[in-house]
Amino acid sequence: MATATSVKEAASSRAANERSALREFWFYFSQNKGAVVGLALFILLVVVALLAPLLAPHAPDFQYRENFLTPPVWQEGGSSSFLLGTDAVGRDILSRLIYGARYSLFIGCVVVSIALAGGVILGLVAGYCKGWVDALIMRIMDIILAFPSLLLALVLVAVLGPGLLNAMIAIALVFQPHFVRLTRAAVLAEANREYVVAARVAGSGHLRLMVHTILPNCLAPLIVQATLSFSAAILDAAALGFLGMGAQPPTPEWGTMLAEAREFILRAWWVVTLPGVAILITVLAINLFGDGLRDALDPKLKRS
Amino acid sequence: MIRFLLSRLAVLVPTFLGVTLVAFSFIRLLPGDPLELLAGERGISAERKLELQQQMGFDKPLWQQYFDYLGNLLHGDLGTSFASKKPVLDEFLALFPATVELSLCAILIAVLLGVPLGVIAASKRGSVVDQVIMGGALVGYSMPIFWWGLLLIILFSGTLGWTPVSGRISLMFWVEPVTGFMLIDTLLSDEEGAFLSALQHLILPSIVLATIPLAVIARQTRSAMLEVMGEDYVRTARAKGLSPMRVIGVHALRNALIPVVTTIGLQVGVLLAGAILTETIFSWPGIGKWLVDSITRRDYFVVQGALLLIAGIIMLVNLTVDLLYGLINPRIRS
Repeated sequence: MATATSVKEAASSRAANERSALREFWFYFSQNKGAVVGLALFILLVVVALLAPLLAPHAPDFQYRENFLTPPVWQEGGSSSFLLGTDAVGRDILSRLIYGARYSLFIGCVVVSIALAGGVILGLVAGYCKGWVDALIMRIMDIILAFPSLLLALVLVAVLGPGLLNAMIAIALVFQPHFVRLTRAAVLAEANREYVVAARVAGSGHLRLMVHTILPNCLAPLIVQATLSFSAAILDAAALGFLGMGAQPPTPEWGTMLAEAREFILRAWWVVTLPGVAILITVLAINLFGDGLRDALDPKLKRS
Repeated sequence: MIRFLLSRLAVLVPTFLGVTLVAFSFIRLLPGDPLELLAGERGISAERKLELQQQMGFDKPLWQQYFDYLGNLLHGDLGTSFASKKPVLDEFLALFPATVELSLCAILIAVLLGVPLGVIAASKRGSVVDQVIMGGALVGYSMPIFWWGLLLIILFSGTLGWTPVSGRISLMFWVEPVTGFMLIDTLLSDEEGAFLSALQHLILPSIVLATIPLAVIARQTRSAMLEVMGEDYVRTARAKGLSPMRVIGVHALRNALIPVVTTIGLQVGVLLAGAILTETIFSWPGIGKWLVDSITRRDYFVVQGALLLIAGIIMLVNLTVDLLYGLINPRIRS
């Protein structure tokens, strides 16, 4: 009976701890106004992406043949049924932008998930095993880092074939080393701490030590890196789309939209300007949020 | 110092070998037969294919192909472009100055604006000025530069008509390539107005390429300055009654610049990646555009060579920065 209550107490105090940690995090995070704005914008974007079929006034790939390059509604010749105008084949730009949000968020999620999962595993193994395993993994990461990320992604896509999925795989691979390095450094710093030694003495196996004991204490820098990679992935995927190596037309991906719009650059400013604004706002929002996250999670900068 | 150099080389040499392996595997990893890919839609006869296979060594075992490849590299042979039939290295060397000129201008803009902006932001920490500068830096850092380039073209080339849209110099001029740097070559030539034309062509791409490094340098300078300004020697300098200008400019900035120099070195990779996009937008005849064109043209030997050369350059620059850093700051040598 006594042990049961103590377990229950431990559980409830753990939950309380987590709550207070969350409250503390929010306290520091909310002091950074930019970060809160970034978070709000990001949530808005997620909502737009989720509700795209409800919000978009038109289908993203339907071509209105009477309305090629219609300017936005506030400009002369604009039409109220195409609020942000139409592109060169008569598709509604607003609807394409709304659907494009889905692609950008999807790209960010997929790239970060692959890079994070792979990076954490490789980093844990490298930091925990040391020796030649460590050396081998880190040299491979050095090789990846020797190339500019966009160049390597471009060449990988050339090997895999152009397309959104291959672009995401390529970008994830290119982002991998940052996660491996961070995880490894954190593991090396934690591995000789007393709590790890205590767990080992208590008989924890390798896997339990790695995943259950050490990993949770390395999470803060990984979360920050994941946020910043999310925005970088969106930028790089858009760049690949722009170069014709990412999502292929008629996908309403923002970078691909820009590539299609390039030839109308001096005739129809809206087809070029608006997709870029969407990319910039999205990336900016996530970077603002990421900066705030770093300040709130980095104990060095806390003013307590 | 020599030990430091050796320890850096001990890491660099295997990494470079790895880079050669990546470049080597690239052509062999392409889906399908490389020769048929290179031949494209024209197709290729069976005899010609066999002949080419033997000529290029594709019929040998892989490990032997790799050692042949390394041997060729040591002789400066990076393969031949399928499109132009010229050696890849020659093409690279002909185009590289254009990229260097663009990158140098960009990094010059980034440093000359980024460092002062970072210092101003740090010395007015928390003020409106600080917030505006750091907000601007974050926007710059988040900028899709290919779009930013298009915007500048719309504004300055389209609406205002101030700058040309593409290329390095107006077609009206013929300038003898002496150094490969258009700004210098136009000064050396006696063509009237050529220098101005080259400058007009250079300005927009430089701004576009400078955007991200500028933002990174401004942020880095600010945080380095803030760190240094809390140090004892800065407080002492202030307590001595030195003017704020002197404290910031001499005592703080000089020490804050050390991490900033490293950051500038790390921007080389960012610049070369940015050059891929910038040169494509402005039709700038450098290695970035060459690479993209070669990928679309499926000129894979060029891609292979460019991959190796670009990675090699970045590694060399990083090594130089490391060594310089070791010279400035003896503490990190150990």
